[in-house]
Amino acid sequence: MKKAYQIHSFCHIKNGQISLNGKTIFEHSAEDFQIFTKHAYTHFEIDYGKFFKMDHLSKLAFIASDVLLKEEKEKNTALVLSNRAGSLDTDRKHQAAMNTYPSPAVFVYTLPNICLGEISIRHQLYSENAFFVSDSFNADTLFHYANALLDDKNSEKILCGWVDMDEGKYHAFLYVVAKSGIFTHTTKEINRLYQTQ
Amino acid sequence: MSDLKLELKEKIIEQLNLEDVAVAEIGDTDQLFGEGLGLDSIDALELIVMLDKDYGIKLADPKEGRAIFESIETMANYISANRA
Repeated sequence: MKKAYQIHSFCHIKNGQISLNGKTIFEHSAEDFQIFTKHAYTHFEIDYGKFFKMDHLSKLAFIASDVLLKEEKEKNTALVLSNRAGSLDTDRKHQAAMNTYPSPAVFVYTLPNICLGEISIRHQLYSENAFFVSDSFNADTLFHYANALLDDKNSEKILCGWVDMDEGKYHAFLYVVAKSGIFTHTTKEINRLYQTQ
Repeated sequence: MSDLKLELKEKIIEQLNLEDVAVAEIGDTDQLFGEGLGLDSIDALELIVMLDKDYGIKLADPKEGRAIFESIETMANYISANRA
């Protein structure tokens, strides 16, 4: 019988809080996402100057992935992320500047999968990646895609999840799927962890 | 000219989101790209937009940027000679 994969760890970023495996590891009352992430950047001693050039979606994905991959040695870790709004938050900023001087630095983030590139550069990953857009969190898609990558031996681990940002509202839920871990990798369990703050 | 150099340092820090760099850390002759301030190709495009937006200078040939954006000093010299 085929052995089920496991969820090694998970992270939430929502409402001014960052949690790892259900335990709050950082919180800040700033309502402005820019200020919140700046404090998180300092708290986690990230020391990565390019962080400040990123758009909000990439900053959200970057911090959540840093929490999970900071000590990760496995470079064959695939990235499978998803969200509802795509890159709409940045698209709106670019659209607003269209009649004046559009910023090239804003324009380069007008695709949601750019955040995957930022994570890959940060952690030196040359792995598979995919980004899905759906109306709501879809554990089923993530579950089957992650299993397929592991079954085909394309990847040793998968960083999966949801990273959504629009008009100041944000939620990141990322988790690592591996051959060993603390939770069974099932759709039911993914949905349960998604609901866990 | 020194006012323009200070202005350029402040604009570069603000517009290129160099949050971890202070004005005092940028020397007038420091390289802006590569080993110096570490700016990249997207930053180069932002600087071209800044020349147009803030100083009314349109670069006819983007290749000119390599020499113009070598340092704060070369930028200030070019702006002084070409500003609208």
